[in-house]
Amino acid sequence: MHELAVTQSVLDIALRHAAERNARRITDLYLVIGQWSSIVDDSVQFYWDIISEGTIAQGATLHFRRVPVELTCLDCGQVYQPTSEELVCPQCAGSRVRVRQGDELQLEAIDIE
Amino acid sequence: MPQRVPVVENILSANDRLALENRARLDAAGVFAINIMASPGAGKTSLIEHTVRGLEGKLRLGMINGDIATSLDADRGRAAGATAVQINTGGDCHLDAVMVQSALAQLDLSGLDLLIVENVGNLVCPASFQLGTHKNVLVASIPEGDDKPYKYPGMYRGVEAVVINKIDLLPYVPFRMDYFKQGIEVLNPGVVQFELSCRTGEGLPAWLTWLEAQVREYREARRERK
Repeated sequence: MHELAVTQSVLDIALRHAAERNARRITDLYLVIGQWSSIVDDSVQFYWDIISEGTIAQGATLHFRRVPVELTCLDCGQVYQPTSEELVCPQCAGSRVRVRQGDELQLEAIDIE
Repeated sequence: MPQRVPVVENILSANDRLALENRARLDAAGVFAINIMASPGAGKTSLIEHTVRGLEGKLRLGMINGDIATSLDADRGRAAGATAVQINTGGDCHLDAVMVQSALAQLDLSGLDLLIVENVGNLVCPASFQLGTHKNVLVASIPEGDDKPYKYPGMYRGVEAVVINKIDLLPYVPFRMDYFKQGIEVLNPGVVQFELSCRTGEGLPAWLTWLEAQVREYREARRERK
């Protein structure tokens, strides 16, 4: 639901990096979106088409790399993906975990001309 | 030929930077601030009303209320005795650091001890936007169901306290407290929790005592830094 704010930030960051390199055009953007960041690709794409209009990023392609959540059980070492009904370790039922990945919300790179 | 430029920036870093500015402003004035988040109807405003009344005469309270369209919540806060500023987000589903920044400008921070920010009712978006407050508090409620930590992990991970409201309804709705708490334990180990009912008043004293202690500790730490 907060994709407009997220998309605006993506555009701001991309334009800043492009300006530093005197780019004429941004052709591609590479986003890393963790599962727990609660961002919907389609919504970002929808807002992107609107807010990038008239900028040097207009028409640029958004590439999404989705990162599933992975937890490490601190009791038995098991690495697992939690489900929407169960978060504890499927092997030992431990509840002490570390989040290995799935939190990301990053602009990784852009392609410029 | 296109040229690849590495960026590697957190997308919401601009908001995070502004949140730090808000924090600095609060710290300069010595105001302890909490951000209260919850789904719509969980009891944010009721908890705040009880908090304002419960701390009357002990702490000087200010409020920032985020709402999509009305000022009803700020009105309730004012009626209970707090200085309140309303932010109408105009449809936005969360408060962000910019909105809080402009609200802070409307408050006389030198006259406050505790600032309560009431976020927009929503379990998804507010979790991503730091505001600069010192603690994030989630109000959960029994009728929402015991699966909420599992459905909204981002929210449950990003808070320093969980208030479980409407415990007077436990006999009437299916709610597995141990399943609910197990989810919280995985997502946010050791997070402080309060079980209470704003309707009956049960459990409210523990919450008020904790909040008062937070403000006290904040002030002591601030005095030591000086």
